[in-house]
Amino acid sequence: MTPTIAILLIITFVLSTVGLLLLIWSIANNQFSHGQDAARTIFSPGEEGHSEDPARPSDQTFTGDNSEQAEAIEARWIADQSSRTAVLTWLSSSVFWLLLGSFFGLASSIKMHLPEFLTASEFLTFGRIRPVHLNAVTYGWASMAGIGVALFLIPRLFKTSLVGGRYAVIGGFIWNIGLVLGLSAITLGLSDGEEWLEFPWQIDILFVLGGALCAIPLLLTAANRKVEHLYVTSWYLMAALVWFPFLFLIANLPFAFPGASGATVNWWFAHNVLGLWVTPIGIGIAYYMIPKILGKPIISYQLSLIGFWSLALFYSQVGIHHLIGGPIPTWLVTLSIVHSVMMSIPVITVAINHHGTMVGNFGRLKDSPTLRFVWIGALMYTVASLQGSMEALRSINVITHFTHYTVAHAHLGMYAFLSFILFGAVYFIMPRLTNWEWPWRKLISLHFWLVSIGILIYVVSLTVAGWKQGVALLDAAMPFMDIVKMTLPALQARTVGGALMTLGHLVFAFHFIAMLMRSGAATEQPTLFRPATKETAQ
Amino acid sequence: MKRALAIMVGAALILLLATLTLVVMPYLQMSAEQVPPDLKPYTEQQQRGRQVYIANGCVYCHSQQPRDPSFAPGDKDRGWGRPSVPGDYAYDEPHLLGTMRTGPDLFNIGARQPSIDWQLMHLYNPKAIIKGSIMPSYPFLFRHVKEPVEGDKVVNIPPPYGPETGKIVATEDALALAEYMLALDHTYPAPTLPKAPPKSDEPKENRAP
Ligand code: HEM
Ligand code: HEM
Repeated sequence: MTPTIAILLIITFVLSTVGLLLLIWSIANNQFSHGQDAARTIFSPGEEGHSEDPARPSDQTFTGDNSEQAEAIEARWIADQSSRTAVLTWLSSSVFWLLLGSFFGLASSIKMHLPEFLTASEFLTFGRIRPVHLNAVTYGWASMAGIGVALFLIPRLFKTSLVGGRYAVIGGFIWNIGLVLGLSAITLGLSDGEEWLEFPWQIDILFVLGGALCAIPLLLTAANRKVEHLYVTSWYLMAALVWFPFLFLIANLPFAFPGASGATVNWWFAHNVLGLWVTPIGIGIAYYMIPKILGKPIISYQLSLIGFWSLALFYSQVGIHHLIGGPIPTWLVTLSIVHSVMMSIPVITVAINHHGTMVGNFGRLKDSPTLRFVWIGALMYTVASLQGSMEALRSINVITHFTHYTVAHAHLGMYAFLSFILFGAVYFIMPRLTNWEWPWRKLISLHFWLVSIGILIYVVSLTVAGWKQGVALLDAAMPFMDIVKMTLPALQARTVGGALMTLGHLVFAFHFIAMLMRSGAATEQPTLFRPATKETAQ
Repeated sequence: MKRALAIMVGAALILLLATLTLVVMPYLQMSAEQVPPDLKPYTEQQQRGRQVYIANGCVYCHSQQPRDPSFAPGDKDRGWGRPSVPGDYAYDEPHLLGTMRTGPDLFNIGARQPSIDWQLMHLYNPKAIIKGSIMPSYPFLFRHVKEPVEGDKVVNIPPPYGPETGKIVATEDALALAEYMLALDHTYPAPTLPKAPPKSDEPKENRAP
């Protein structure tokens, strides 16, 4: 072992000791003791027990029993309006990138079983449209929608108007320019060559800048806040917005990490985009939406704090499970596997809170679109993560590593978990910003069923085929081409599932635009899955 | 504000810790790793071929990292080569390890298919060589000419995959990519194998194909 490594090990040790001391300090100082008070900060006075859900008939919408409570509701309405321009900028962009990304995903999928499809042009070759798909959905759809929802939640969580929303609007424009340039660069063959980091690093500066501009309103609004407690959602959102620029900057340092160590940086980054960027946003949103729609605080606030810090500690070190069996030091792989398994701690604590809060209220899934999307997303978070912890074990990974199984897991996480939560959040947010109800209940229903059936086909077919592919690859008895042929039916099924999902996105985008244009009839009634008259009691 | 700051600083510190363990330490250790004496740096043409490989996203279907036979026996048994070591990638910037095997591993494709004509034909249309391949063809890396001129690299495509009249000629990009494929030959012995000891019943000679 070189002396440098010894020194670094010592630093690491000192740092973790400091971390432990900090933890003890915070426990000693009652940082953890707000308990259920803090869990209630998302409600305005007197609102607890009432659902805040666009899908509830208006006669049950809480407007306050006395003037003080009515004022608080009014203040929240003002806070919502304060973020309107910023949120709409980010959300509208994200819907556009979702559509674009879906078409590229669908085309990639078709190409995998019909390789002659669109081969004439170099701009449409599989190896270019596939990274366009990944980058459009990750940095365009998931990230922009995530930031948009975060911008909406910040003033609500801090119970004050958004300060400096203009910066976020400018940030949104810069981010969009970055996407246009980055995706064009990939199409033109100017990729940087590493998965998740394809955009040329010069263009990446735009994302760091755009993201940092969103941190300004966050900080200004936090400084202005009117609540004592910081609700757990704001922990996740604040941490994510700190992490992302940092990650993106280091991983993109040009020419800093050659050879095999480049691979470790690459996957350190890629998993952090998932674990420290989109995941905290997704979990944070669910932590807000589920109790808000049920009108009932989460069951354990303490657990949620443990879940947060353990996520930060463990998730930041899992990246190397993408290189199991690769040409890198064994200790590094083992470190990441251990942390991947430890991830079950935050996952289970979050699961207890999300699903535990739902207990006794599952009936609401029948009428509330937001709740249905968000809760299924939260459930899929639990599933994808527990699957991930297993997948990181050497004995499983040796089978699944290079196969379609990983792709199925990727979509279970990025789609069934994250995108579902984002869909749900958009259904919640839009009526509050446009002061208009979703015009067509049937379209929400159609969207839901198309994407649900689509992702089900997608994940099931590739999971099964990927597993069989992985087992077969381990034994040279089966010729490689036979394995390829064996996976073909699943690749075709993926195209079917993907087509349904893409259709669902078209429905969603159409409805979103209708919402922006305030189409349909004005109504006092929020839009539910079922007509309001059949509403069951809480 | 104090508490908000504490969360953000705490979050940043944790990430710093992870950066030390997952970025800095591996970097220090691996850059100290010995470069195999038989590993040759890429020529200019091979490097250009590498860029063509990147531009067209071959990495999304092909890995370049055979695993240890005691861990995953299929890799060696399929002829993909001995387990790779960090030193093998000394000249790789960026790395192209890959995480999918929709197609086979290419770490030793130059040793498995050492003919440039095979490589070019395969790039023009994989199906012309491998029945049922789902690899896309890369017609845009080739020119269709009536009469090849002096210095043109003609690629003879077996019917029915070639054009009816005229000839297919490789562009500079196609030639560079094919040369890069041939350069992917890591059959020399590796100075250091991964620290996880392969099973002792695995004789050393067996590691190189
Ligand atoms: C405890 C939590 C999780 C663990 C331990 C975990 C573990 C893993 C493992 C072992 C792989 C396979 C790497 C390989 O063999 O190449 C993987 C891939 C992946 N995971 Fe997870 N996962 C977790 C949760 C999630 C979540 C919540 C998401 C989505 C937000 C997600 C998204 C992905 C994606 C996109 C990939 C594919 C990356 C690529 O190859 O490009 N994972 N994960
Ligand atoms: C609309 C339907 C979709 C289809 C048809 C589709 C299809 C595909 C295809 C064909 C790939 C390439 C797999 C490979 O290289 O073997 C892929 C990769 C990926 N897609 Fe999608 N996709 C869709 C939606 C989405 C969405 C909405 C997201 C994220 C929010 C997403 C995230 C990803 C990720 C992270 C990968 C990389 C997986 C990996 O490297 O393991 N996809 N998708």
